[in-house]
Amino acid sequence: MPLAVELDAVSFGYGPGQRVLEDVSLRVAEGEFVAIAGPNGGGKTTLLRIVLGLERPLAGRAFLFGEPAHTCSRRREVGYLAQRTQLGGTAPVTVREVVAAGRLAAGRLLGPLRRRDRELVAEAIERVGLGPEADRPLRTLSGGQQQRALIAKALAAEPSLLVLDEPTTGVDAESQEALAALLHRLHSELGVTVLYVSHEFGAVERFVERLVLVRRTLVFDGPPRDLPVLWHDPSHAHARV
Amino acid sequence: MPMLGSELMRLALGAGAVVGVLAPAVGFFLVERRQSLVGDGIGHVAFAGVAAGLLLDVAPVLAALAAAVLGGIAIELLRSRGGTAGDQALALVFYTGIALGVVLVSSAGALNVGLFQYLFGSILTVTRGDLALVAALGVVSLAAVTLLFRALAATVVDEEGARVTGLPVGALNVSVATLAAVTVALSMRVVGVLLVAALMVLPVSAAGRIAWSMRSAFLLAMAIGLGSALVGLTIAYYADLPPGATIVLVAAAAFAVAAPAGALRGR
Repeated sequence: MPLAVELDAVSFGYGPGQRVLEDVSLRVAEGEFVAIAGPNGGGKTTLLRIVLGLERPLAGRAFLFGEPAHTCSRRREVGYLAQRTQLGGTAPVTVREVVAAGRLAAGRLLGPLRRRDRELVAEAIERVGLGPEADRPLRTLSGGQQQRALIAKALAAEPSLLVLDEPTTGVDAESQEALAALLHRLHSELGVTVLYVSHEFGAVERFVERLVLVRRTLVFDGPPRDLPVLWHDPSHAHARV
Repeated sequence: MPMLGSELMRLALGAGAVVGVLAPAVGFFLVERRQSLVGDGIGHVAFAGVAAGLLLDVAPVLAALAAAVLGGIAIELLRSRGGTAGDQALALVFYTGIALGVVLVSSAGALNVGLFQYLFGSILTVTRGDLALVAALGVVSLAAVTLLFRALAATVVDEEGARVTGLPVGALNVSVATLAAVTVALSMRVVGVLLVAALMVLPVSAAGRIAWSMRSAFLLAMAIGLGSALVGLTIAYYADLPPGATIVLVAAAAFAVAAPAGALRGR
């Protein structure tokens, strides 16, 4: 199976002597559903930013779909949900408008949406179960519904890699479960590669094939069932490393 | 004398209408990205351009246009690449612009009443040639905003997400800065450099309170801007008030009405 993501001995720091990541190697094959977990400040988001080409490693190499991540020509195939996405300013952006923004990279840049693009936007909204809310302002929806709308935005690009950074932040436990089930369904139906980054992995543990724990280095990489019981609380795991 | 019987007023209404629509159309993307004061910063650089024009005997509006474009791009580059926080980048350009303007105006010996037309607007001195220039640049700028609307909206919705998926976010941001600079230069004759940002911000803020979607907010902002310009000029004509400031006060009144109306709708 070709690799969607490959990190080869990557190190990174934001200042002299402050290494956030140290000698991290990671390979994610196309079609995998991988959860990347670890404590806050452990380097998860930095790892993700390197994968997405938003940061360049100080040492080592990062590849996306087999190409150097920062110059990857297949970036439009990435559906991305950023950590704590803050939407707009004063205007009441609707679910449909948010999702349509996700269609831009895959469709044309200038002028109005074409009919096919509009259909794909509607399809993505239906897929996350927000059809009845399509024309409601996002700010009037619950936290869980907002995250589903942002996932629909990522899906509208017809991605082959779906990257979610802390998608359950500010979402209640019930919505976290629903979100995890939705991601599992999308992974199964669409065959899309999923990178799910979170400080805790309880919600997706039963769905993911592989769990990666990060605390500056990779401290665990394998199926969740192989994780020692104590390590199911990531803070314990990293305290002992 | 009826207002429309005056050639001066017809030209003023024409220029006011173009600027009334254009300023909120461009300002929309600044306000929605929480960069409401960028128009003000560019206005201060435009003042330095006016001063340079007076010193070098070049048409002040054209000199202001050039300075505003450079200033707008400088603010964007400092913000996105220079590692300087957005508000500091703005302050840097803001104060350098106004200080440079004062020094240049003083050197040109133009620190007098004539300067007021650039600071506070002089819409009643708009000529047919001025109106043609304002209309031509205004139509081109509005066409650019319309063509780029979806792309600019995508950066408003989620700039980092847009960057990840390979959209030319840097080029789009520079486009907004350039359009803002052109708008400032065109609006200078209508409301002056000190009040230009108000016409880019207040109609957008008012529209955001009563709109039901991003697209409706954009269209309503332009409608409120147009209404403010036309109503403001009418009030100024009959009440003998300064036109630029009156237009801005009408826009502020629109916000004062829209804010509670939006709250009443329970948004």
